[in-house]
Amino acid sequence: MIRLDGVTKRFAGGAVALDDVALDVARGEVFGIIGRSGAGKSTLIRMLNGLERPSAGQVLVDGADVATLDDAALRTLRRRVGMIFQQFGLLGSRTVADNVAFPLKVAGMGAGDRAARVAELLARVGLSDHGAKYPAQLSGGQKQRVGIARALATGPDILLCDEATSALDPETTRDVLALIADLNRDLGLTIVLITHEMDVVRQVCDRVAVLHAGRVVEQGAVADIFLDPQAAETRALLAEAGEQVTADFAEFAGRVVRWTCHGDTIGQPVLTMVARETGADFAILDGRIGRLRDERYGQLTLGLSGGDTDAAIAALGRYGRVSA
Amino acid sequence: MSGWFADIVWADIAQACLDTLAMLGGSLVLTILFGLPLGIALFLTSPGQVWANRLGNGALALAVNLLRSVPFIILLIVMIPATVLLVGTSLGVAGAIPPLVVGAAPFFARLVETALRGVDRNTVEAVQAMGATTRDLVWRALLPEAMPGIVAAATVTAVALVSFTAMAGVVGAGGLGDLAIRFGYQRFQTDVMVVTVALLLLLVQGIQMLGDRLVRRLVRG
Repeated sequence: MIRLDGVTKRFAGGAVALDDVALDVARGEVFGIIGRSGAGKSTLIRMLNGLERPSAGQVLVDGADVATLDDAALRTLRRRVGMIFQQFGLLGSRTVADNVAFPLKVAGMGAGDRAARVAELLARVGLSDHGAKYPAQLSGGQKQRVGIARALATGPDILLCDEATSALDPETTRDVLALIADLNRDLGLTIVLITHEMDVVRQVCDRVAVLHAGRVVEQGAVADIFLDPQAAETRALLAEAGEQVTADFAEFAGRVVRWTCHGDTIGQPVLTMVARETGADFAILDGRIGRLRDERYGQLTLGLSGGDTDAAIAALGRYGRVSA
Repeated sequence: MSGWFADIVWADIAQACLDTLAMLGGSLVLTILFGLPLGIALFLTSPGQVWANRLGNGALALAVNLLRSVPFIILLIVMIPATVLLVGTSLGVAGAIPPLVVGAAPFFARLVETALRGVDRNTVEAVQAMGATTRDLVWRALLPEAMPGIVAAATVTAVALVSFTAMAGVVGAGGLGDLAIRFGYQRFQTDVMVVTVALLLLLVQGIQMLGDRLVRRLVRG
């Protein structure tokens, strides 16, 4: 659905914001782009609706090269690509209902149809009673819901989220992310979001690309990136989120392995079963159990000693994945 | 001099008031008419905006800065030939309006540009991202969002115009400033000076109050 190929952005003055970026976003998936501020995320997401143009390379949205579209074609494309923003971008001089109606008015929809569509959209985001208020009277989470309703107004197939939860508190962040996940499921929206928080990626994304200094250093399924990060930048981002096993276990006398399991395996007494079977002893050196979008996962760093450690490792492999 | 206020010709004062109000009203309307599009153009051609154009923006900025750097009293005199060409005379209310507009419009344009710059960047992007034309962006988003700032700018400009009209009095424009200079200063009629200054003060107060009230009404939430 979205394909970036060799995308490079140089700003006047020589700064390189993006360097030879290649990405593929499939229809109906939630694709995350994570990186620190200054990594080029904002520039990257703005390429997808032509707010920024690449210095080199192609940005294909549904087969059309965004950079080569003329103004009229670009406006048509933008009605199919909704966008929400960190600072919401609402019009303070208009009511909530008028904000949501704005893209419809711009698209030339008549007043009667507009009112019906606005009521439907406000109900979708749970703000039916707030249509007559002004944005300044709303909380941050409510403002972002207005932003989402507005982005959905013209019935887009793609939703771009520009640090959409970065200005919100953790609880509101969860609510807004849950709403985004619902939209993805119910409307089949393809969603591209940029964030600097691993937690956001963990909660809603199917796949993720890690952006560092304008380059994609790693991309893949969220579970793979999360549980088996390869790039140093990915590990650093995970460590900041309190997620990655970073300690050094060289001082442990026995063998150290990392064991990763998913789904129903969590809740089974795997370690004690394997211990009885093989006579091996387990020391749990580090570990985490959590949820990636809807799937549960567990990852333990185990120190093995005594008994038949090879058999124990083989047995663990039947329940999950063992890595060094 | 028999006593304070005895020698004042009140009919002259009334006429001067009307002249000042006419100069102010006429020049304010024209200043907004020319300054607003100029301010919008300054904003839209600046880096990162929809019409970003370094050359165009540079040319506009240069013109605005040139006009703003000429002291108004000099501008009044320099403009006399152009004023005569435009309105047929350099005297009276009509003769004062062209230099007033040329003096105030660039000032107002800069204030409009600043007010537009105050509109949240995400708001501008959001409107662009929904497929709005530049015309929609300006008329339906930028101007309504910046309206409190623009009204405040018009208020400040109107106050500046009041002081400009007083200066225009020096070159034969009439009005309260002219009265203050000819009678209050040159003929040592301190009472005329006091009355004109009091009237100017009232006028400025009135403009500021009106502007503030309008701004308050425009700010939502």
